[in-house]
Amino acid sequence: MKTVLELEKIASQVRRDIVRQVHIANSGHPGGSLGCADFLVALYFRQMKIDSSDFKMDGVGEDLFFLSNGHISPAFYSVLSRAGYFEVSEMNTFRKIDSRLQGHPTTHEHLPGVRIASGSLGQGLSVSIGASLSKKLLKDDKLVYCLCGDGEMEEGQIWEAVMYAGAKKVDNLIATIDVNLQQIDGSVEHVLPYGDLKPKFESFGWTALEMDGNNMQNTIYTLDLAKSLCGKKKPIVILMKTEMGQGVDFMMGSHKWHGIAPNAEQTENALSQLEQTLGDF
Amino acid sequence: MKKYPYTEKKDTRSGFGAGLLELGRANPNIVALCADLTGSLKMDAFEKEFPERFFQIGIAEANMMCIAAGMTIGGKIPFTGTFANFSTGRVYDQIRQSIAYSGKNVKICASHAGITLGEDGATHQILEDIGMMRMLPGMTVINPCDYNQTKAATLAIANFQGPVYLRFGRPVVPIFTPADQKFEIGKAVTFNEGADVSIFATGHLVWKAIEAGELLAAKGIEADIINIHTIKPLDVAAVLKSVRKTNCVITAEEHQINGGLGDAIAHVLSSHHPVPQEFIGVKDSFGESGTPEQLMKKYGLEAINIVEAVEKVMQRKNQRVTM
Repeated sequence: MKTVLELEKIASQVRRDIVRQVHIANSGHPGGSLGCADFLVALYFRQMKIDSSDFKMDGVGEDLFFLSNGHISPAFYSVLSRAGYFEVSEMNTFRKIDSRLQGHPTTHEHLPGVRIASGSLGQGLSVSIGASLSKKLLKDDKLVYCLCGDGEMEEGQIWEAVMYAGAKKVDNLIATIDVNLQQIDGSVEHVLPYGDLKPKFESFGWTALEMDGNNMQNTIYTLDLAKSLCGKKKPIVILMKTEMGQGVDFMMGSHKWHGIAPNAEQTENALSQLEQTLGDF
Repeated sequence: MKKYPYTEKKDTRSGFGAGLLELGRANPNIVALCADLTGSLKMDAFEKEFPERFFQIGIAEANMMCIAAGMTIGGKIPFTGTFANFSTGRVYDQIRQSIAYSGKNVKICASHAGITLGEDGATHQILEDIGMMRMLPGMTVINPCDYNQTKAATLAIANFQGPVYLRFGRPVVPIFTPADQKFEIGKAVTFNEGADVSIFATGHLVWKAIEAGELLAAKGIEADIINIHTIKPLDVAAVLKSVRKTNCVITAEEHQINGGLGDAIAHVLSSHHPVPQEFIGVKDSFGESGTPEQLMKKYGLEAINIVEAVEKVMQRKNQRVTM
């Protein structure tokens, strides 16, 4: 099992991959991607049981992950390729014509590791519930993970899903909400404050945990705890505090880097702050 | 005109319910999801016999569509059930992204389609669903005509890999297709052969077309009456074979004339064999409350309307010939 230090080194490379993909494509969403890098690395390189060398859509006998906030695709693609689902060089094609690495993830181009299209927000938690129910019917004891953005909590369908999973005791599901408090038009506080998420989830019958998603030690501790709480008649939610743009100083502390690409100079600056640990694509 | 005597009338939704129950017994991978309309969709027998494979989602159709998409991962074959309105317009983006674009094997089963839903009125009488669904790449769109055909279609789509929109209705209508029919997705069914006009009908309008065929025969007009149960993929070969013989076309559907069967046929005609076409359907308006019979009459979806359209289209054809 990988150590905290090893996971941090992978996360540093993933951050470089994010910045470089978005720069090369001259479009994409670096902010949320950087914020979620540590969590996705912990998930794919430590937490989940997966077979990245032989991708099967049905994922029977494997843990499954669904990305609901599909715009953080640069982070998702980096982690999938670094985990062995496809060649890292394919990141050069991100958002380009004829690529499997579409702006938002899709199954349509048969990219290994992706099991649902996402981008239009609010759908991934429901999809994850479906996959969880399927696993229960198959008596497959592996788990289903889902990541949503916190701005995504403004979508009504999220609360249909939260109500259902709590009421029907979908207890093989671990949902994580990326609480970076930012969305396109500004802070969540400015756009539409969602109040205190913890009691909201708890009142719907979920077990709610809090996590520092930019602290690897705390992330793996919380993911282990979440896993240990599965099978107890309650779905699990992890409220994951992150910093949008984490790791690149000029992208932090603001919503401005939600969906814009750094220029050559900014890219050089960003990469100077991130250690190359696995070799750039 | 070939005769189609019938001894019994039933609702097409009951054909769906019977088919679903049979599927449940035959295939353990069949699961059913419903958004608080189990009785209306005739899914109660499946629920009773297979409670572990029945998922009551509540009044949350968006959640239902995406849960169904997720359940295909692992090999389950989900059948979702709610009214046609809530199966399409309400959840278009969920179907588009999580089912159609994602290529998921979900069977979207939609009852109470069209104006024959009746008294509940226009909020529930969707007349645009065929159009919305046939626009989605990769979506198969089926609108069977009676109880037996609906049951056969329900069985057939379970063995077909890919998303399907299956549309059926609430009123009791004659059963005039065989109970033991083999339902072939994408294959038109000919009910009568005639050289004067092609009538392409779907859903409840197939029986109206047969009634119209009898009225036309009395006037000495023999119609090709063809049941297009699968609107997408359309049986282009069957359409062209008929129109090359008749050189004029009626399309008949319980749907807007925009976006439905009529448009699908018009596309084929304009590309391959342009001939006059008249459209039986709701003409760019919403429905309203009333009995199904009153509404079919008011909105021009009766056999007599088909007869009038045939006379008009044949006149257009004959004018073309003399010109």
